Amino acid sequence: MGREVLNGDAVVLWLERAAEVIGENEKYLTELDAAIGDSDHGANMARGFTAVRGKLAGQTREDIGAILKTVGMTLLSTVGGASGPLYGTLFLEAAKVAAGKAEIDRAVIQQSLAAGLAGIQKRGKAEPLDKTMVDALGPAIKAFEGAEGVSLAEALARAAEAAHKGAEATIPIVARKGRASYLGERSAGHQDPGATSMWLLLRSLAEVAAE
Amino acid sequence: MKKLLNAPSDLVKEALAGMAVAHPELLRVHVDPAFLVRADAPVRGKVAVLSGGGSGHEPLHGGFVGRGMLDAACPGAVFTSPTPDQILEATRAVDGGAGVVHVVKNYTGDVMNFEMAAELARELGIATETVLVNDDVAVENSLYTAGRRGVGTTVLVEKICGAAAEAGRSLADVAALGRRVNEHGRSMGIALTPCTVPHAGKPSFELGPDEMEVGIGIHGEPGRRRAKLESADRITEMLMDPILDDLPFRSGKDVLLFVNGLGGTPLLELYVVFRKAHEIAAARGLRVVRSLVGPYITSLEMAGVSITLLEVDEEMVRYWDAPVHTAALRWGV
Repeated sequence: MGREVLNGDAVVLWLERAAEVIGENEKYLTELDAAIGDSDHGANMARGFTAVRGKLAGQTREDIGAILKTVGMTLLSTVGGASGPLYGTLFLEAAKVAAGKAEIDRAVIQQSLAAGLAGIQKRGKAEPLDKTMVDALGPAIKAFEGAEGVSLAEALARAAEAAHKGAEATIPIVARKGRASYLGERSAGHQDPGATSMWLLLRSLAEVAAE
Repeated sequence: MKKLLNAPSDLVKEALAGMAVAHPELLRVHVDPAFLVRADAPVRGKVAVLSGGGSGHEPLHGGFVGRGMLDAACPGAVFTSPTPDQILEATRAVDGGAGVVHVVKNYTGDVMNFEMAAELARELGIATETVLVNDDVAVENSLYTAGRRGVGTTVLVEKICGAAAEAGRSLADVAALGRRVNEHGRSMGIALTPCTVPHAGKPSFELGPDEMEVGIGIHGEPGRRRAKLESADRITEMLMDPILDDLPFRSGKDVLLFVNGLGGTPLLELYVVFRKAHEIAAARGLRVVRSLVGPYITSLEMAGVSITLLEVDEEMVRYWDAPVHTAALRWGV
């Protein structure tokens, strides 16, 4: 079972699923942020993805680039904080890769994720192991690239698993970017909220691909 | 959590609606996206000064909108920076043709959102300059962090830049002056209690009855270290020493001393701190030529204090003294 390409309907399904999962995990993300940040990541992401869900209702499904652009612009104007520009940039960069495409296959998905990561790093100036969302997305892309000879669903499942491990691996790291960095050594021992929400988004994508 | 609240998601919107009807002679409120502009904006030919940041720091920034200070303020959700579209719309609303100065506190989110807004404004042909405020000496190692945070000096930058803009100075001049104020200002704060973000519903950290958080930021984020509660005089020394050593402030200089309440500390206690800070400054040979005492950049209901010391020159003092008419600061009018 599963899909080898994602059409517009599947992409919208993913984003709706992601909105649900972010909503379910709002308190969890906020708790993670309370430990090392300012207690707003859950609320901000939930607000953003609720707005995304509203926008998608009226969105045509023929152009996946257009769908992703709508998502990026919506997150940019509703999330705020650092996550707004970063997630906004992720989707806007991915939108450029998927522009005009009615379906995206494995190669396009890989390019989209890589373009998104590059955009996030340029905007946020974060390197791997700075304790940010880069630590989930980076390993996910590596796992996805390395998953040869398996279905798209399996490759995305491995990517999501790598993101999960990457998020967990932020626990001992001393933050060097974002608000957690002000805690110095005290930021160690807590999982990064941005890496965690990134994992949740990728997990939803893998689930939709498997259906 | 005990707050005067209807629904957390309506808090900022309802407070803005309150400001609109409380101060119609000073400002106008735009609802979607949310921003405040001074009542007579845009002022033709005048450089506009705009700032913004998360809500929860009131009166910063909305309380400083009016003649002689800010042309616009963009409030984000509580402790969350405003968004690029919001900043862009506010920039367009106040641009009088002479350009817009963005006063930005150095936090990752604020910097990125303002950066994107400035890029969008440039595409529309609006000239902007950014003054980044990063005056918090509690952040010791800027190399391994997002850099020093913008705290108390922000208020001084906004007042002085606002007056310079009102006096007809150019975009480059106002921005350069703002940067000079930032370079000569230093701050540090302590918290006696945490604060509660309405959405989170519980305090962002916990403090024992005999503990304080030293080097606190303004977002309820914990500071550099936890310490035993001390006397007001001892706490004032703990804040003044790193500030004085950092610039460093040299004997014989004129300074503006700003003792700021974080939201839950009474003015009575702030004056106790001011008295000691003034004494310490004098002992170092500094002349306190101007002062400001009160809650001007707060952290919701947090109890605590921050001290800001600005080494002033004649131009800064002149613009500090210039008339200002806003909800939170008013003199000379």
